[in-house]
Amino acid sequence: MDFRLTEEQEAIREAVGEVCARFPDEYWRAVDARGDYPGEFVTALTESGWLAVLIPEEYGGAGLGLVEAGIVLEEINRSGGNGGACHAQMYTMGTVLRHGSDEQKRRYLPEIAEGRLRLQAFAVTEPTTGSDTTQLATRAERRGDGYVVNGQKVFISRAEHSDLMLLLARTTPLEQVESRSHGLSVFLVDLREADGAIEIRPLEVMMNHHTCELFMNDLELPADSLIGEEGLGLRYILDGMNAERILIASEAIGDGRWFVERGSRYASEREVFGRPIGANQGVQFPLAQAYAQVEAASLVRFQAATMFDAGEPCGPQANMAKLLASQASWNAANACMTAHGGYGFACEYDVERKFREAKLLEIAPVSNNLVLAYIGQRVLKMPRSY
Amino acid sequence: MKVAVCVKEVPDPAAPRKIDASTLRLDRSGEGALNPWDLPAVEAALRLVEEHGGEVVCVSVAPERAAATQRKALAMGADRAVLVADEAIAGSDLVATSRVLAEALRREGADLVLFGQQGADSDGAVLWAAVADRLRLPLMSQAAGLEVSGGTARVKRQTEHGYEVIEAPLPCVVAVSDAINEPRYPSLKGIMGAKKKPQETLSLADLGLDAGGVGEAGSGTAVYALGPPPPRGDSLVVEDDGQAAERILEFLVERKLA
Ligand SMILES: Cc1cc2nc3c(=O)[nH]c(=O)nc-3n(C[C@H](O)[C@H](O)[C@H](O)COP(=O)(O)OP(=O)(O)OC[C@H]3O[C@@H](n4cnc5c(N)ncnc54)[C@H](O)[C@@H]3O)c2cc1C
Ligand SMILES: Cc1cc2nc3c(=O)[nH]c(=O)nc-3n(C[C@H](O)[C@H](O)[C@H](O)COP(=O)(O)OP(=O)(O)OC[C@H]3O[C@@H](n4cnc5c(N)ncnc54)[C@H](O)[C@@H]3O)c2cc1C
Repeated sequence: MDFRLTEEQEAIREAVGEVCARFPDEYWRAVDARGDYPGEFVTALTESGWLAVLIPEEYGGAGLGLVEAGIVLEEINRSGGNGGACHAQMYTMGTVLRHGSDEQKRRYLPEIAEGRLRLQAFAVTEPTTGSDTTQLATRAERRGDGYVVNGQKVFISRAEHSDLMLLLARTTPLEQVESRSHGLSVFLVDLREADGAIEIRPLEVMMNHHTCELFMNDLELPADSLIGEEGLGLRYILDGMNAERILIASEAIGDGRWFVERGSRYASEREVFGRPIGANQGVQFPLAQAYAQVEAASLVRFQAATMFDAGEPCGPQANMAKLLASQASWNAANACMTAHGGYGFACEYDVERKFREAKLLEIAPVSNNLVLAYIGQRVLKMPRSY
Repeated sequence: MKVAVCVKEVPDPAAPRKIDASTLRLDRSGEGALNPWDLPAVEAALRLVEEHGGEVVCVSVAPERAAATQRKALAMGADRAVLVADEAIAGSDLVATSRVLAEALRREGADLVLFGQQGADSDGAVLWAAVADRLRLPLMSQAAGLEVSGGTARVKRQTEHGYEVIEAPLPCVVAVSDAINEPRYPSLKGIMGAKKKPQETLSLADLGLDAGGVGEAGSGTAVYALGPPPPRGDSLVVEDDGQAAERILEFLVERKLA
């Protein structure tokens, strides 16, 4: 068992860190305050090739695995930034790579790798069905040699800042399928060609996340926008979800490291009652505890990523990594916030911004309760709740 | 054209320096880094070759582990690396080091040899002069600008009173200042490609050098003492009670510093 990163992986971490160092706290604070999309940051990352880690070499990417992709996202969040601005390209890559046709890959991947095309939106969640994905109501009906889509999505992030969007819709009505997980299909939608058929309404949330409501009204899609086979969409998405979980875990671990680092530094420097506040165990121990939890979560994350890259089934590990990492990060967030006393609330310390951002990872892209249900019911085979 | 860049591995510049009390040498056991002063030299070499064609070769005299550090220059875009590593070299002073480096450079026969301004560990800022002398090549230092055309290198040299513009015929040695450019960051492709680039490790014997000319034996200087800087016991803290500026001025005037 070798828990060390390779020289190349260390070099990746270091090089991403160098790009991130050009975007200091002030940059993210200003972007957050204005609700801007961190476009310059995403461009800098793309230009150096960091968003193309998962794209195969033949399409202009690096052809690396989730271990490396995780290192990239972790480093972004560890540096004080937010990978949320661009992570979807990595989240969705598995679905496109494994199930997309050669023609789709040839058409899109080289341009995505070069940064001329953004695949940053992923539309699953709906207002009436939420976590119960199989019940989603968006319909894609075959018409002629294409599809016509009607329906509504919510919390679809970066839809305004993306050229392409992966969409999950029902192609066969629930009543006509033998299992509720059948009859869903994945489409790669070119948002630039959707003129007028998709209405995008920004949805204000507690952090800078560019999330939107989407209303699709007779959206016409060509037949070749279907990914893989019709009706098997949920399987493709679930397949890609292990990757997504491992990557979200990596972002949470990056956040956790940031909180522990900032919290312990502040606790060592701030003096009241004639000594550094960090000398008090009430301040010190929660930070020490958080550090241990983040490190533990990181190991499970690397285990899951290594299994994924080796092509082994890794559902339990990927889910546990997401659960443990988001919890560790949230505990670290609380310890850091508390250690900062009143200053944690002051925007110029950046703790409140990261605090708002960190909470999301317990809920999206999948709520931790659903992860626990997966572990309880799929891994431990206890009775099912749904 | 062929540009050779001399690059050095230094202990992580962000970490405090430690001294090995038994050898009176800098403790180099921790994480190594590419000397930050060398990055502008690598960048300058890459830009010249992008403009004129040719190749960039990195040359180091260092223990074998420095091969990993050289890969950082390869990740930035250099074409290959040459490392002279030999147990006997340990303990060499600047003059002895210049003997080895000059020989490695002679073997390359580059049109232009670039150096950074100094090493972040020892801050010597003389190695390039010693190497130029051994190679009997013209030397231009403190280059804040560098152009090559028609077999001539033209340097904008930073001085205390302004810039000098000087020229020398190729081949020559140029030590660049960090004002010359903004070094690029290694890209993902650069990092991936670095492992596939040729890296050569040479011994003293490969260069036809004798162990007697290097290491402590080959050094004209010996280190008698090396220690951390003494704490600044005599520092004066001026609390700002509204009159701080006047008190600082008084202090400076008293010492004839203002
Ligand atoms: C900022 C932000 C960005 C997002 N970006 C995207 C995006 O880009 N694309 C996209 O498709 N979605 C996105 N989402 C949506 C996100 O994936 C969902 O919010 C999440 O999956 C939870 O669904 P829901 O909000 O409908 O909650 P619900 O499903 O209504 O759940 C509410 C609560 O009930 C719990 N719960 C529900 N069912 C069970 C059960 N059976 N057992 C135990 N507990 C249960 C949940 O754990 C949760 O705590 C985003 C959300 C946010 C907030
Ligand atoms: C929005 C907001 C509004 C406010 N409004 C007012 C106001 O109107 N008037 C006013 O006077 N103040 C106000 N405050 C200040 C607030 O009362 C202080 O922030 C609070 O008392 C904590 O002090 P501090 O921020 O200096 O934290 P510190 O005293 O630096 O404490 C930092 C951390 O160290 C811990 N700690 C410190 N000493 C010890 C110890 N000996 N043992 C164990 N743990 C210790 C603390 O519990 C805390 O977790 C406000 C603060 C905020 C954020």
